[in-house]
Amino acid sequence: MREILTGIINAMRLLFSLDKEVYEVIILSLYVSLTSTLLSGLVAVPCGIIIGTKQFPFKKPLVRFIYTMMSLPPVIVGLIVYLFISRRGPLGHLGLIFTPTAMIIAQFLLVTPIITGILYNGAKEKGEEIKRVAKTLGANPSQTLILLIKELRFSIFTGLVSGFGRAISEVGAVMIVGGNIKGHTRVMTTTIAMLRNMGEYENAIAIGIVLLLISFVVNSFLYHLQQDS
Amino acid sequence: MFKIMKKSSLLLLLSLVLITSILSACSKPVDSSSENGPQQPTGLQQSIILSTTTSTENSGLLDAILPIFTEDTGISVKVVAVGTGQAIKMGEDGDADVLLAHAKASEEKFVEEGHGIERFDVMYNDFILVGPADDPMNLSTDAPSDILKAFSLIHENNGTFISRGDDSGTHKMELALWQELNIETTGKEYVSAGQGMGAVLQMADELMGYTLTDRATYLSMMDKLDLDIIVEGDVKLFNQYGIIAVNPNKNDKINKEGAEVFINWMLSEKGQNLIGEFGKDLYGQSLFIPNAK
Repeated sequence: MREILTGIINAMRLLFSLDKEVYEVIILSLYVSLTSTLLSGLVAVPCGIIIGTKQFPFKKPLVRFIYTMMSLPPVIVGLIVYLFISRRGPLGHLGLIFTPTAMIIAQFLLVTPIITGILYNGAKEKGEEIKRVAKTLGANPSQTLILLIKELRFSIFTGLVSGFGRAISEVGAVMIVGGNIKGHTRVMTTTIAMLRNMGEYENAIAIGIVLLLISFVVNSFLYHLQQDS
Repeated sequence: MFKIMKKSSLLLLLSLVLITSILSACSKPVDSSSENGPQQPTGLQQSIILSTTTSTENSGLLDAILPIFTEDTGISVKVVAVGTGQAIKMGEDGDADVLLAHAKASEEKFVEEGHGIERFDVMYNDFILVGPADDPMNLSTDAPSDILKAFSLIHENNGTFISRGDDSGTHKMELALWQELNIETTGKEYVSAGQGMGAVLQMADELMGYTLTDRATYLSMMDKLDLDIIVEGDVKLFNQYGIIAVNPNKNDKINKEGAEVFINWMLSEKGQNLIGEFGKDLYGQSLFIPNAK
């Protein structure tokens, strides 16, 4: 218990300490997770809308597959990405192993099914109606898509927030493909895992609290954006 | 209105059930421990918690000898394998009964501060410097058994070095060597991983760098790595393991008798022989050399 209390005090100290190492870790966490979430969004939002509003063969198994992928364990994603980009892997020549890019790739794979699944659900419920409205208004296909995106903004918001939450909080994938290298691929979650292994529970709790605070700030910002639109 | 009342009374009932079940669950361990407490030393089903470093667990030593200990004494051993830093912290917090670690200075401090009863030498293994098979810095010819020279050559030639960076015994050994050379380790070529030995060996393999490792972990992973032994046999690389019973004054859950039985067994002729034999069938060499006095 003592660790948690001192952890809270240490969290404040860490945030305002101007310690370069701490800020590097925080900034890298945000960079990796925001990039992966945004890239996922670009792919997953149109995919989810299309799957939710169109009929095509093998749709049911595809949806089931996406739902399964939504609960993909991060360590498995990390392991698979690792095997692809390690020196002996098929993409080894790209030299991606233990880089922030590798971490973004792994998180992209984790987050994309989540956003796709959420968008699919939203589009399935409201998509038909929105499409009908668009048709009566005489919209062309691209205008219809824009209308769909506008009307499904709640689903998009939910998807992005859930995806970002998954990305910033997972440790399994970034530990494997990033390697937790100091000053290079060390993010908040891998720092917490490392500090725990070192028996430095107080600092681990402190970083955990910083992580929560940052998630709160980012989510408040996204919520604010959603309210405005 | 009635419906709401019904709902809230149901909620009340549910929470009452929950609270009583929690209360009964909480009180149970207290009851059973006070009942079992005096019986524990004679009971056959007692167990001890051994807090140790990842190297002993990963090498397979504990899997090989602990079942024999349990057979001999009826005491089962729960192994918690963590970094040396956390292993010692677990002892300080009274979460373990026995420590088996390899950071002599920290261990002696642990006993001095009253967290442990007494420290005994058990065995030693050695560290080796491993690196890419083609050895780009030519260390295996220039410094085959001189770790300090090898370290300074790596530093001078900006060779990639992967550090554990996790406050483990291996990391402390590495830091002591850099300190002896008065070298500040900075720069891109010095990779601080903050991970266990297995992960660091794989990282050295991937990044084609050098790293300091214990022989046991390296041998157990050798087939999967393109890394060769570059430097070995320097006296500075010998790594002494100590065993300490945690001071039972920390809490009443600490199994002092079990810890003593375990330590005596490890230091006995049988325990020492088993340690020395371990690894010979698989690697043709002992991974740990017993040296209890």
